[in-house]
Amino acid sequence: MVSDTPTLVSSPSRWTGFLDRNLRNPLRLVGIILMAYLAYIAIANIASGQFTLERFVRLFIFGLAQGSIYALIALGYTLVYGILSMINFAHSEVFMAGAYIGFFAINAMDQSGFLDDQTFLALLITVLVGMSASVTIAVLLERIAYRPLRGAPRLVPLITAIGASITLQQLFLRLFGSGTRVYPDVNFFVLPGIFNNLECIEVNGAQVCRGLDLIGGRYEVEFLGLSLQIRPIYFLVFFLAVIFMAALWFFVKRTKTGKAMRAVAEDKKTAALMGIDVDRVIVTTFVLGAVLAGAGGVFFALYNTQVQPFMGFFPGIKAFTAAVVGGIGNIPGAMFGGMFLGMVESIAPSLLGIPNQLRDVIVFGMLILVLIFRPTGIFGEVLSEKKA
Amino acid sequence: MLRKFVVLVLAVMLLTVAAASAQDAPVVTIAPDGSVVIGLAAALSGEGLAPLGEDIQRGAELALDARPTVTVEGKEFAVKLDPQDDLCSAEGGQTVANRFVADAGVVGVVGPMCSSACRAAAPIFDAAGYSSISPSCTAPGLTLSGYTSFNRAVVSDGFQGVVAAEFIYNTLGVRKIATIHDGSPYGAGLVEVVTKRFTELGGEVVAADAVNVGETNFRSTLENIAAEEPELIYFGGFAAEGARLAQQRADAGMKDVIFMGADGIKGGEYPTLAGAAAVGTYASSAIPEESDTVAEVLAKYLEKYGLEKPTGPFWPNAYDATNMILDAIEAVGTLDADGNLVIDRAALQEYIRSIKDFKGLSGVLNCDGTGECSAAKIGIIQYGEGGAEIEVAVGVPNPDGSITIEVPES
Repeated sequence: MVSDTPTLVSSPSRWTGFLDRNLRNPLRLVGIILMAYLAYIAIANIASGQFTLERFVRLFIFGLAQGSIYALIALGYTLVYGILSMINFAHSEVFMAGAYIGFFAINAMDQSGFLDDQTFLALLITVLVGMSASVTIAVLLERIAYRPLRGAPRLVPLITAIGASITLQQLFLRLFGSGTRVYPDVNFFVLPGIFNNLECIEVNGAQVCRGLDLIGGRYEVEFLGLSLQIRPIYFLVFFLAVIFMAALWFFVKRTKTGKAMRAVAEDKKTAALMGIDVDRVIVTTFVLGAVLAGAGGVFFALYNTQVQPFMGFFPGIKAFTAAVVGGIGNIPGAMFGGMFLGMVESIAPSLLGIPNQLRDVIVFGMLILVLIFRPTGIFGEVLSEKKA
Repeated sequence: MLRKFVVLVLAVMLLTVAAASAQDAPVVTIAPDGSVVIGLAAALSGEGLAPLGEDIQRGAELALDARPTVTVEGKEFAVKLDPQDDLCSAEGGQTVANRFVADAGVVGVVGPMCSSACRAAAPIFDAAGYSSISPSCTAPGLTLSGYTSFNRAVVSDGFQGVVAAEFIYNTLGVRKIATIHDGSPYGAGLVEVVTKRFTELGGEVVAADAVNVGETNFRSTLENIAAEEPELIYFGGFAAEGARLAQQRADAGMKDVIFMGADGIKGGEYPTLAGAAAVGTYASSAIPEESDTVAEVLAKYLEKYGLEKPTGPFWPNAYDATNMILDAIEAVGTLDADGNLVIDRAALQEYIRSIKDFKGLSGVLNCDGTGECSAAKIGIIQYGEGGAEIEVAVGVPNPDGSITIEVPES
């Protein structure tokens, strides 16, 4: 298809080029009409006062936390795909393992009173335990399920990944039972100096204000004339996710191991010839993805409280979608895709006046729309002949 | 030559087996030393569901403890239970039904547990001429679809939903509600009944939405509902989603909005899952007739399984359903010349459908010929601290079809 190759030419023919590209292709035409229709509904809803700014901001905040979780998981999919060109469908169980095993840590500390005494330390331990559990599962997964199939046709590890996913779910089911476990209520008070009018209690007749409750708190905030219900944990999850992603970015771009990862992603054989231990790099990649997923699992459980062996399925499938929307194999793409999907999921149903039950239709519809116009995802580079 | 012979023999054997299994559908024959097998289909795994299913299984087991044999024409036959997981889903119901139908020794089935599973299993049982008595499938439509195999020893949501609507409107004095269901026939059917009655009474349903089973974050759903400012959220579904909605409603600024569900969130895991958010929420369920027998069986339940309270509300129904099947077997079973127990499936089903004045744990049951066998009262409870259940109202059906809501004096 000649018209598909973008050419940089002067503006008049650029326009005809645009029309040429998009209108002659029936799929793109449908996509454009659909987008225009959705935009029309959205504008109509805003104009009629159905969708207010206040509602937008509230939903945006929900989307922020959810999107961060998706982004953290999506990075695991994208890293592994970048290196092995394989979808690790068992990654959703790596996420689940982090949340589930983290529960045992936080629950034990809650029982012993450590959680109340040393909240920060206890949370740190929980996150570390969750991460270690995820890392263990991911390393075993790579070793047992994927490494023996390194040279096999691409469909083989894919099916194995699905099998591994089911195996892990059932393993957790048999080991820990089908019951749902609930994270304890955590109150983590910070900055009593600044937030000196929050969470006040009477101690021996004197008023003591404990500051902002970062995890369990729930506050009515008036902001620019909007009345908002805010839980600091949404922002906490977002900021922690950003820090994790920045660290990952630094690791991949600035360290020697990161360089080796990029080399292996480019061409495994050549990298091996250059003296890079490919197996080690691949394990490192799985570990990195698992660290992010484990942290994401614990964050997710801290604000949604319930954990059970099948909890990974939905976040996993959404995060995979996010990775594809962003361009699978591309790190900023996964971050953007995760946030984008979290936002769409949260905001789009009410913006378009659609029942919330259908939000997955919108999410996957968005995936299709993005793929119509950018088959490799928003940030996706054109894959070289060899990798594609 | 030998190979051809083997193939021929195999083919003949297969044909014989096929012919035999095609013939023995309408009657069950049990050898003198064999035992009567009762199938049990309930959700024995799954988030928030397993406790309800195990509760049903315990009810049936207790019934068999009290009555380990059936006596036909003076001869005793042992009774065995065959519990299978129906996953509380259409696929699970189908699988379990096919399994029971393939085993010609299964005389009757207690279950399935969830309306979705009941709906999927019923046509399969119909075709095989089986009888099932569900202790918990409450969707109103099940007895209106002309299934020949389906019976239930539990009160229909046609009644439970009406009691809920009357309670919300008259007792709580609420005029604006929002409804959420989980997309299951049970949840959607319940919400439909509540909506219908509540609007008839003069109330307004300001928002109606649904959630997907298995999802965790319902905050944006609740946010949209909050915009319509309901006074109460009515939820049709099970414990996991119910608990999430009860918890997350505070995140959408609806901490003080009343949350109410039905038997899907009664007992079991719901109060544990929702924690502090469960306090003050309401749930309804059929209540067993108060009698010494109920107390006695309950004591056995708690002792045998080492529990402080039942894990679900349906054990009395399962107990009754099991006894109804055993009664039916004793009534229609005959002995043939060799001493085999012969049960005609059609006669069994006919007997079950015409059971009258059955004094069970869940009340006095009268089957009306459509498969509807219960006329129990509906109790509404409010959760207190630590999962305590405080009875706040009882819905009693009147002979003229109206309902009286009795509020106990506090």
